[in-house]
Amino acid sequence: MMTKTEILDLYFADARSKLIDLAAFLDRIERSSGAGEHDPRVRSFRAALSHLQGGEAEKAKAVLLTLSDPTTEPVAVATTKGASGAWPQYPS
Amino acid sequence: MRYIEPHAHMVSRVTGDYTAMVVAGCRAVCEPAFWAGFDRGSVEGFRDYFSQLTEHEPKRAARFGLPHFTWLCINSKESENVKLADEVLAMIPEFLDRPNVLGIGEIGLNKNSRNEIAVFEKHIDLAARREQMILVHTPHLEDKLKGTRLIVDILKNDRRIVPGRVLIDHVEEHTAGLALDAGFWAGITLYPESKCTPPRAIDMVEVFGAERLWLNCACDWGNSDPLAVPKTALEMRRRGHSEEAIDNLIFGNPLRFLSQTPKFSIG
Repeated sequence: MMTKTEILDLYFADARSKLIDLAAFLDRIERSSGAGEHDPRVRSFRAALSHLQGGEAEKAKAVLLTLSDPTTEPVAVATTKGASGAWPQYPS
Repeated sequence: MRYIEPHAHMVSRVTGDYTAMVVAGCRAVCEPAFWAGFDRGSVEGFRDYFSQLTEHEPKRAARFGLPHFTWLCINSKESENVKLADEVLAMIPEFLDRPNVLGIGEIGLNKNSRNEIAVFEKHIDLAARREQMILVHTPHLEDKLKGTRLIVDILKNDRRIVPGRVLIDHVEEHTAGLALDAGFWAGITLYPESKCTPPRAIDMVEVFGAERLWLNCACDWGNSDPLAVPKTALEMRRRGHSEEAIDNLIFGNPLRFLSQTPKFSIG
């Protein structure tokens, strides 16, 4: 296993770039018109971001769970083939 | 470097991809049946597709000295048409004895609907009756967690199914444990945007252990990279993994899983 310093040396620049991309994405949403803040993708995205702070273990898993359909019952019929990346019924 | 590409939709790729894969060290390629990007109109469309997978594509791969294998099914994206699915399921046995057919796949769920589940269960029954290995597709993005839970439960409830002969593909951090803890093999798919990146894939190998994991590119007609597996091997080297560990993950593991069927022979 690599040390923390070795991991930082290998991945910090890439992670920094992705972090700024996330911030710029949110800036883009906030500058734009429309009701995007009420979109379940934005709501669940912001909720997922909360898992990045603090000492919580398994942050990637927590983000994925936040962006997942948590229900267990099959749907009656598939009305589309695609996925949006966030659960459409994510609570407001 | 040597590796086996256990999941690639080569019918969607240009011939130059074969060259690049072989140059990178690919020793065999396995091609599950999948959705064409549009719904096929009849069972005869599937007959042509299965002929392509069992006759034409192996010849195309052989021009590069690359053994080509396949898995057969109707994809879950086409499972809402149950009548067509039943017709395809009835036809699949005509092809199962062909020399490059490894089993039933990639079956599974897409939107986790009742018809998808019904067709999935019929595929499992066919595999059990014909003693075929199974390759499972798990849903995309927000549907993956629920679909993986449903899939694992359905497979566990069929006592004819031997978990070690089933691979549950496209796992991520929130679903890998569901598959592995139930005794199944698990596949990590390397995609530029969805599914998994090389660093995350290696994280999962380090967290879950490499015993029953394989890596694949699942390259198709979408945004995908036929060289994702060897590129991930390079990432493993950067992290200090040994050449033996890399070889075991990208060559030894798919060889161990796939060799459970005597049809998988790469000389």
